[in-house]
Parts: sequence; C-alpha cells; structure tokens
Amino acid sequence: MGLLYQIFIDPFVQMATAPDLFVQTLWEGLVGGMLYALIALGFVLIFKASGVFNFAQGIMVVFAALTLVGLYDAGLPAFVALGLTIVVMFLLAFTVERAVLRPLVNQPDIILFMATFGITYFLIGFGEFVFGGDPKVMVTDGLFLPKGAITYKALGGIVQLQKLDIVAAITATIMVAVLGVFFSKTRIGRALRAVADSHSAALSVGISLEQIWVIVWFAAGLVALVTGIFWGARSDVSFALEVIALKALPVLILGGFTSIPGAIVGGLIIGVGEKLGEFYWGPLVGGGTDAWFAYVIALVFLLFRPQGLFGETIIERV
Amino acid sequence: MLYREAGQFKTSYASDFAVFPILQDRIGIAVILAFAFVIIPLTGNDFLVNAVMIPFLIFSLAAIGLNLLTGYTGLLSLGTGAFMGVGAYACYKLTTIFPNVNIIIWVVASGFFSAAVGAIFGLPSLRIKGFYLAIATLAAQFFLEWCFIRIPWLYNNNVSGAIEVPQRELLNIIITGPRATAQTRYYIVLGVVVLMTWVASNLVHGRIGRMWMAVRDMDIAAELMGIRLLPTKLLAFAVSSFYCGVAGALMVFFWYGGSEASVFNINQSFTILFMIIIGGLGSLLGSFLGAALIYVLPIILRFVPPALGLPLQAATIEHITFMVVGILIVFFLIVEPAGLARLWLIGKQKLRVWPFPY
Amino acid sequence: MRAPGGPEVAAGEVLLSVENVSLSFGGVKAVSDVSFDIRKGEIRAIIGPNGAGKTSMLNIINGFYRPQQGRITFKGEARAKMRPHEAATGGIARTFQNVALFRGMTALDNIMAGRTLKMHSNFFWQLLRYGPAMQEEVEHRRSVEEIIDFLKIQEIRRVPVGRLPYGLQKRVELGRALAMEPELLLLDEPMAGMNLEEKEDMSRFVLDANDYYGTTIALIEHDMGVVMDLSDRVVVLDHGIKIADGTPDEVKRNQAVIDAYLGVAH
Repeated sequence: MGLLYQIFIDPFVQMATAPDLFVQTLWEGLVGGMLYALIALGFVLIFKASGVFNFAQGIMVVFAALTLVGLYDAGLPAFVALGLTIVVMFLLAFTVERAVLRPLVNQPDIILFMATFGITYFLIGFGEFVFGGDPKVMVTDGLFLPKGAITYKALGGIVQLQKLDIVAAITATIMVAVLGVFFSKTRIGRALRAVADSHSAALSVGISLEQIWVIVWFAAGLVALVTGIFWGARSDVSFALEVIALKALPVLILGGFTSIPGAIVGGLIIGVGEKLGEFYWGPLVGGGTDAWFAYVIALVFLLFRPQGLFGETIIERV
Repeated sequence: MLYREAGQFKTSYASDFAVFPILQDRIGIAVILAFAFVIIPLTGNDFLVNAVMIPFLIFSLAAIGLNLLTGYTGLLSLGTGAFMGVGAYACYKLTTIFPNVNIIIWVVASGFFSAAVGAIFGLPSLRIKGFYLAIATLAAQFFLEWCFIRIPWLYNNNVSGAIEVPQRELLNIIITGPRATAQTRYYIVLGVVVLMTWVASNLVHGRIGRMWMAVRDMDIAAELMGIRLLPTKLLAFAVSSFYCGVAGALMVFFWYGGSEASVFNINQSFTILFMIIIGGLGSLLGSFLGAALIYVLPIILRFVPPALGLPLQAATIEHITFMVVGILIVFFLIVEPAGLARLWLIGKQKLRVWPFPY
Repeated sequence: MRAPGGPEVAAGEVLLSVENVSLSFGGVKAVSDVSFDIRKGEIRAIIGPNGAGKTSMLNIINGFYRPQQGRITFKGEARAKMRPHEAATGGIARTFQNVALFRGMTALDNIMAGRTLKMHSNFFWQLLRYGPAMQEEVEHRRSVEEIIDFLKIQEIRRVPVGRLPYGLQKRVELGRALAMEPELLLLDEPMAGMNLEEKEDMSRFVLDANDYYGTTIALIEHDMGVVMDLSDRVVVLDHGIKIADGTPDEVKRNQAVIDAYLGVAH
C-alpha cells in the first residue's frame, strides 16, 4: 500500500505543494529537451534528404564545438573562430560527400548507416588527435552569450531561468523556423524533398544529388554547431556529449524520422519526461534514471504507435 | 590445382549436407584446430596468449552471438554489452553463492540467465520492426547498465562497485583467479569457444538457421510458410544472448580477473557490432575475422610506432587507432559490404581455379 | 499428398469460398461484396484489369488482409478472417507478384524452407545436428529433390536466388510453394515478365502440379491465352466487383467482361 502511494500519489502531491520547484524542473526539462531536439533536427535534415541515418550527428556536435574552442584558444577573436568553424563544417560536408556518400550511392540504407559509424570513429580519433581529450570550456563572452539568471518570485517560491537557456531557446526557435521556411518555400528546399522521396526520380529531373547532399550535410553541420555552442556553454565540451546524442533516437521515435516539427515536439516531450521522471520518481529507485528513461518512453510509444507522432503510417505492400 | 573438388562425389544427401563438404576444407579446419590446441600453447609467450588469443576467442564468441541475431535473423541489436554483463554478473553471483560447484558449469548456466533476459527484451519484436527494434535493445543496454551499478547485491555489496574473481579449480588445477596461468585459462576458453562454435554451426545449417534467415529476408513470406514470427525471433534473442552471456562470463573470469559495470557499456555493444559488420553479417567465419581485425589490429598498431622508432604517446596511438578503424569501416563498406567473409569466399573461389584465371 | 488437419474434401466439392467479402483501405474500396468459390482439384483463374482487387483477394484468402465484411470458408470451417499461420497449416501456399524469395539463401535452401512446417525434430537435436535432426534433413531433402526434378532446376540448386534470372526465380518460388504440399495453391501472376517459351514451361508445371499432385490452383493471370487454356473456371473482377463467373468460354463471351477488360471478343 505504501509503495503504491509512493509511486502514484506522492509525486503529484509534491508537484502541487511546491509549484515553484515543479515549474523549475519543467523549465529545465524543456531546455534539455530543446537541445535533444536540435540534435534530432540534424538527423532529420540528413534523413529527409538522403535516407541516411547519420549516426555521426552526435560527434559532429562535439567536433564543431571543439573546433570553435580550439580556434578561440589559439588566439583568434570569437567571431573569426566562429566563421572559420563554419568553413570547417562545410569542408567536412564536402569530404563526407566525396569520400563516403558518392562511392556508396546505390547501396542499401543499412550500409550507409554503418558507414556513418565509420565517420563517427574517425571524427572521434581525429578530434582527440587535434584537440586533445580533456574537457574544454565553451566560448561565451566572445560570442556575447549572457551569463547569470533571471529570478522570479512566483508560485510561493523562486523560479530561476538561466539567461543562456532563454537565448538558446530563442535561437533554436529561429533556426527551426528558418529551416522550415527553407524546406517548403525555396527551390533548393523543394529539391531536397524530391531527393528524399526518390534518388532516381530526382536525378531524372536534373537535380544534382551531390550538390544536395553537400548542402544538407552542411546544414546539419550548422545545426550541430549551434547545438554544440549552447550545450558546451551549459556544461563543458567533452566527448561524453557523443553518448548524449544517442538520446536523440527516442526523440526521433516520438517525432518521426522525417518531420522537423516532430523533432521539436519529440525533443520537448522526452526532455520534460526525463527530467520530471528523475526528479519525482528517481529517488524511489536510487536515482540515475535519466540514463534510460528516455528509451523506455520511446519503447512504450513504439508499442502503441510504431510510426511516431508525426511519421507516416507504414503500409506494407505485398 | 590444389583446391579442387573434382573427384569428390557425394553419394548420399547426408554427406552433401556436411558443413565442410570439400576435403581440403576439412584438412584446413584440422590444421587450424591443431594450431590452436597444440602449437600456440607450446610456443606462444604469455603476452600472446593472455592479451591476444584469449580476448580474440572471447570476442569471437560474442560476435557469433550478435551475428546470430543481427546477421542471420536480421534483428539489429545494440544491447550486446549489457547481455554480456548479465552473464558475467550471473556467473559471479552463482559462484559466490555456491562456491563448490565447478565454475565451468556456472559459466554455462549464466548463459541461460542472459538468454532469459534477452528473450524478455526481445518481446517488443512482436510489434516493432527493423531499425526501431534497435531502440528496445538500447533501452535494454542502458537499463541493465544502470542495474549493474544500482543493485549492490549483484557485486556482493563491494564498496568499490567492482567484482573480483575468486580462485576456482578444476581437477586440482587452478583455473580462475590471480594464480591461474595463462595457458590453463586459454585451454578452457578455447574449449568452450570451439564447442559453442560447433553448436552454432549446427543450428545455422539446419531448420532453425533457415527459419531465422527467412525471417530476415522476407518475414511476410516466412509467415506464409508456417514460420511463426514471434517464437522464431525470441529464439534468436535467447540463443544470441546465451552466447553473449557466456562470452561475458568468460571475459570476467578467464581474462580480466575482475570487472566493473563500465566494461559492459554501449561502446562494448558497438565494438561487437563493428566486428560483425566488417567480418561479415550472417557468417560464422566472419565473426572470427571481424573480431581479429577489430581487436588485434589496434594491438598491432600499438607496436608499429615504437618499432619504427616514432616516439608517440599511448594516447596518440589510441586516437590514430580510432581514425584507422573509422577509415577501415568505410573502406570495407565501399569495397565489400558483405565483409571479410565474402572476401574470403571470393579468395577461395579464385583458389579453386588457380592457376587459371577463371 | 495431404495437408495436415481439417476434414477431407472430396474432389469437386467446394474447398474454399468467400462470401460477401469487402475490403477497404482508408477511403479506397479494394473489394466490394465479392463471392465465389473454388472447388477441389480445379484450376480457377481470377482475372480483371489492373486495380481490380485480384491481389487483394489473394491476400484476404491467405490472411494478410482482414476484410471488413464477409466470411471465408475453408474446408468447411467459416471464419471472418484467416490468419497467415492458419492458412499455412491448413494447406494454403502462395507465390507473389514480385517474387518473395529469401534472397540471402540458395534455391535449395529456399525450397527446404518450404518444408519447415513438416519438420519437427526438437531443438536439442538441432543443436547437435545428429540423429533425428539429420534424418529429417535427409528425408525432406528427398522430397525437395523430387520437386527440383519436376521443375528442372537441378543446376541452380546452390545458386543464391538473388543472382538468378527472373524466370528461374519464379520457378524456384513455385517450388517453394509446392514443397509445402499444399491443398490450395495461390499463384499471383506466375507468368508475368516471361517470354513465350518460359510461359509454356510454366503452364506445363502448373498443369502437372494440378494433375500429378492433385493441387487445387487459383491463379491471377493477364495472358488470356494462358487463362483460356489452363483454367477450369474463371472469375472476373473489375474495380473490386465481380462481373462474371463461369467456364472460360462463358466468360469470354460475356458482354460485361468484353467491355471492361477484353476489348475485343477473343
């Protein structure tokens, strides 16, 4: 009886009696979720345009952040470092297209997926080789990112919102909006969607697959850079970030693999679910549930709706 | 001229069904086994045996396990590390609770625990397919890893969270623990791996292997043939996890001598996955080749710079290894997506007609 | 050759019937209120223009689709929906329009896979590949070799099916279906994409399967020559509705059929 109370009643009582804590936790969940969403966004971009599930997205986040910090630490002014990092991400996209995507162009998707494992390994080694393996501090002042928090007295207590988080949220929203418009309104965006549907059909109307892929990997690289900046600013740049990228998978399950709004909604749900779960239910089992809670959420979801919230229903034709 | 099957006729279906129908293949296997059982222990130094052969065999076993699930049945699994861990911890608990029972029995028994856990996490395969199923295995991986840390009973409430292997004997020879010799441990591991490889071979060449491959290739048609999907998939999960569990137990008891939860993390899962990708999905030989390449190569790489006189730090060599592995993965996928096993088959094919070009 | 289970159906009696079956996907009605039967021992053709619902009909019969209305009666047992596993154990086998072979396996293994339902040696013997497991493999290999001889595909036994030309793939698929020793064999456009010689071979195999093995056959086919020559009775579908049902002669003179499908009196 006591156990049932602890699981089903008590957490909600806690939420109700300390609403400021609840809102605080909720906010932190939203911020975390938003960062997951950004990583998922990178996946969606590449998947939408090439059908490739880019396992290397996580390491691209780390790599972008490392490059930025590395250049800044070497003495370059922040915005110059930023500009150079963007160039580096472009070069990366170009190299990946040339060295990996082009030779594998007609292979089944699973082969391409495995190739992204190879890219991941390579970037881990390369990143560690060039920048060293210890955690680094993200550039904040140079990029005019704010420090400190805004404190509200509300709901009987205190709610603190980190200014950085607010800026991150705004930036992410703008980026998603821009990408959304880009995909639906511009010529290149249309071409990207055509390529996602069918490579051969796109080729037959004269769309250059190679150019599209470079563009899309570059876009994903930019998303990775923004993600890396904000994530690194919240908690150091290190290779542990790479495993966090795996959390994007549950996000994609929820949101569908090809939907930009889906990635956002999915990310927020996972972020909030994970945070609330750990804060209110975690203590019952010794904590640390955020290591696996997201996956269990995704799993339960899959059992009821295998295509996610926004994905297309899979129809198998015989 | 050497590798020809001309003149070797099969006079019964049974002989046609043999796993190694060609005489030269049988000789080849005999040679390899003789090498493994006799020559290596006699001539190899402790380092070779301890740091190369034993882990190579253990990883091959885990690779076979994963290959049965992912290569033969087509169910992508990212939970290999955790399933290996289940075997290791099960073995530890069993031998500390019942210290008088032979440790090898517990190693095999721990496989059953792993199989049960694997089957449970395989249940979602009823509703979920393909890539999405990998998420279920990821859930298994992270959840079980969390269990290994948060359930102190598993490591006998040891303060450090690690487990230490107690000394055990077989026929009055010490086989586990700090005093067991490399030679002894090698023989045990070799024996277990050879036996289990033989069993895996039996399975995949018969009815069950065909059922698994049918589910992999076209499950709709398989259903129509009367193959029940869920039991077949669960069997694949169970057998695969059995192999991984035994590999995990061997790893802790006959190689490391101890362990902690981080050994069985997601990186372990990925490592084994790469082994079967490069080695060849759906091939037992490929499991061995992949394990050899992914495990042995970094060791070799570690020796190259000093041999060439380059003063590189260990960490740098590690980084370079990552880069080389990454490049190799992409290279193999471009050149031969079916892995080293296919390259081997092509090589044999050429050998058959040698010295003629075709 | 008999499939396990179920009451015996005498030649000429109804083996399978569909009654008032309707099927829709979302808003699209694939099959509307269709009823027909298949008698044991006959060759029944299902014809009609593209999109008429023929493949959907086969899918309903072997349990991949569940009709919203109607019943399926097989060997005397009526049910609202067939399950694929029930269909298999009941003795229904099938080939597919797009050749659903197991591409990772050889032709021999594919056909051996068709024998799965008949192999019962338990797991323990499978682990050892000895004793009952080995005896079973040999015994079923014998039956499979009969089928291989029947279809004249001896040379390609060990070839991975992905490498075979289309015509041979279809033959292997037929072999796999025959390996199940089915009472009812559903063939979905078995002659599609074949040249004249291949069609003649395939027609011969279909007729022989019906003659020699006594297998009841339902086939979807577009080649009217084949349909007229092979089948005992024909049912014609158009836009999901049955527009004719009878012997080939009756059907080819039917005005509705000529208008919808044949164009000119054949």
